[in-house]
Amino acid sequence: MSAVTQQLMETDDLSIRTDLIPIFIMGKKYDVPSTLTIQKALEYAGYQLIRGCGCRGGICGACATVYRLPGSAKINVGLACQTVVLPNMYLTMIPFFPANRAVYDLDELEPDAQTILKYYPELAKCMGCNTCTKSCPMEIPVMEYISAALRGDIEKAAEISMSCVMCGICAARCPAELGQYNIGIMCRRITGKHIKPRADHVWEMIDRINSGRYETGLNELINSDVQKLRRLYVERQTEPHTGHEEWTPDNNSNL
Amino acid sequence: MGYTPELLELIKRVEKTRPQRVARKKAGEEFPALTLDERKVRLEKYHPDYRAGALRELKVGPSKGYSVAQEIADQFEAKSRIDPDRIDLNEVHYETDVLVIGGGGAGTAAALMAEEAGAKVIIATKLRHGDANTMMAEGGIQAATKSWKDSPYFHYLDVMGGGHFENDPLLVKTMVLEAPKVIGWLENLGCMFNKWPDGKMFTLHGAGTCRKRMHYAGDMTGAEIMRTLRDEARNRIKNIGVLEFAPAVELLLDEKGSCSGAVLYNLETEEYFLVKAKSVIMATGGSGRLHMQNFMTTNHYGATGDGLAIGYRMGIRVRFLHATQYHPTGAVFPEQAEGLLITEKVRGAGANLVNIDGEQFVFEREPRDIESSSIIRECEKIGKGIPVPGQKGKFGVWLDSPMIDLLEGAGTVEREFPAKFILFKRYGIDISQLPMLIYPTLHYQNGGLEYKPDCSTEIPGFFVAGEVGGGVHGANRLMGNSLLDISVFGRLAGQSAGTFAKDRGEIGALSVEHVRKYHRELEAEGVQTDRVSPMVLPDYTSPEVKKRQWTTNYVGSLR
Repeated sequence: MSAVTQQLMETDDLSIRTDLIPIFIMGKKYDVPSTLTIQKALEYAGYQLIRGCGCRGGICGACATVYRLPGSAKINVGLACQTVVLPNMYLTMIPFFPANRAVYDLDELEPDAQTILKYYPELAKCMGCNTCTKSCPMEIPVMEYISAALRGDIEKAAEISMSCVMCGICAARCPAELGQYNIGIMCRRITGKHIKPRADHVWEMIDRINSGRYETGLNELINSDVQKLRRLYVERQTEPHTGHEEWTPDNNSNL
Repeated sequence: MGYTPELLELIKRVEKTRPQRVARKKAGEEFPALTLDERKVRLEKYHPDYRAGALRELKVGPSKGYSVAQEIADQFEAKSRIDPDRIDLNEVHYETDVLVIGGGGAGTAAALMAEEAGAKVIIATKLRHGDANTMMAEGGIQAATKSWKDSPYFHYLDVMGGGHFENDPLLVKTMVLEAPKVIGWLENLGCMFNKWPDGKMFTLHGAGTCRKRMHYAGDMTGAEIMRTLRDEARNRIKNIGVLEFAPAVELLLDEKGSCSGAVLYNLETEEYFLVKAKSVIMATGGSGRLHMQNFMTTNHYGATGDGLAIGYRMGIRVRFLHATQYHPTGAVFPEQAEGLLITEKVRGAGANLVNIDGEQFVFEREPRDIESSSIIRECEKIGKGIPVPGQKGKFGVWLDSPMIDLLEGAGTVEREFPAKFILFKRYGIDISQLPMLIYPTLHYQNGGLEYKPDCSTEIPGFFVAGEVGGGVHGANRLMGNSLLDISVFGRLAGQSAGTFAKDRGEIGALSVEHVRKYHRELEAEGVQTDRVSPMVLPDYTSPEVKKRQWTTNYVGSLR
């Protein structure tokens, strides 16, 4: 495919792009279409991205970006793939941040505040300035989960930090030098492993599988011709959409 | 920001039919699903794979004569990035037991299991560790874990039906039997699946499932799995090394024909490095960034099919690459969100697809290829698509997300789809109140390199896991089976490769003879091209910029 068609695909019809606006990439001025995200604007300007570009869909956290608008001292934050350019924005990406990360053995961790403090003693230095919360592009109240971790409410910290994409802007802005996102994932893993009750039905099913219970049925399917498979497929009973958890099929065969 | 006045006006028609549609659903009445025969007709008439010129017969390599997507054929019928006569195979830069190529879900799961099998592991990955399609998977992961209503038997039937009964049966059997073990394994690693207070996991329907077996973590299941696996790999830093921004551009064999490592390219310093390994796991994922037929894609930046190209060049056959998956619901508005995946869970939770008149035109839980074909039909044939503002000739249909709050209670959309809710809120659209405008988007590589249930291949020492492999999904993957695929086969590949490495004797002299042979075959078949593969990164440089790059030398899409 030619580069021309690729470009059209990513940024749509160039012929209607008369609406160029100036932006300042690391202080240098470029004129870019006003409807682009910062990421596409960088490409439009001529950058071939190596760092600072991952999923292009707002979830991988590769494209942390900070910017300032004229007439204000405020530093704004955003993911480059999600944030639309604004006239005269001054921007830079922070594609990597060297925050502290502890190495730990999840199996041995106790679900309490002492554990988090042992691996991340800097947690105690949080001065409650709330800069982390103000700099989260996912709008997570970061300081709240840091406080929860400090109190030993690991589950709360896990819940609040759930939609963290680990982009690192909070850590980059933190005057107490915390690596919030690494503390967040430790809390989530402790919660998933040690605090939330186990899903017993999963382990029961694993026992059933290990006992060889499904071998005969599956091997019959493997040895069936397409005709028979189609029939079994069509005849299979579908659990109703609005059914309850405890719904059971009309007959028990092959369960 | 937000919808245009024209769109808001059109949305009124959706709102008008919504109460009846909700009432029908509450009464258990569904839009009639297509029969198997009707499905076939719909696919052949409207699926992009069936368009004239979509596929091309391969002129070279182990699957010569097989027709695959043009864009993949371009990657296969291309020269290596390295000149086999200029490479010094005696200068090895890294040595390890197991080399994992790809730092996504499959690769990371493989690394963990290989490490548990006693191996020293290197993960080589093109972007950052975890920047992968796994991270973007939203809806969930299928597994028959509820024995009172489900079993691997029914999961098997669903997988085969979704794949049009062409799937590799042994791979499917392996996947459905391993599925509950994977859920247990992830729970043990601290993955936070949505659970009831008693620990029972939430499960939902996906399209083409007969039982609710989609386990999930909000609408960021893939991200939760990926960041957990990555975190665990980082805890095992003593035995798992990660080389980021270092894509593999060629595989190495030894003189006896066993896979023995790879050539890596440091994207930042532009150096090449040799890794010598006792076994190699290919886990590079898919190829959406090849933009088949110019479709927009949901895939991450690095999904350029690198592993396909170099695996094929080494001699691994491919299958099901004639079938590309178009996800039915990619955002088409606002423009900034274009191509973005709207998880199938939205339809699983009950949201209808409706046309410009607010009419439902398809059952919302058809398998993906059928659903996509039906949307394309509604826009192109029936002519009831909604014009996308500012984009002449482009149409979409409504995905009626507000139905979910009406069916399941206010606040459900925000709670169940937090990532999408925030994203659309940023664009001034509240998806719990207003529908989303969508169109099919290039989503998944159904096929890939041939491999066996233990992930081994025709070439000793070479293992395959995840989207780069082909067979388990047949010609169409069901929702929730890709996170399952990467977890199941990632783990198995790690175990197999770890064991293989332990049992393997000395590695013989390294060789890239297969590259020379492939180049000769290209020449013999009259393939004259300056294409190189793998692509590594897509090229989105504007033509205007290129015109002014007077001294820039492009090798393929890389500067």
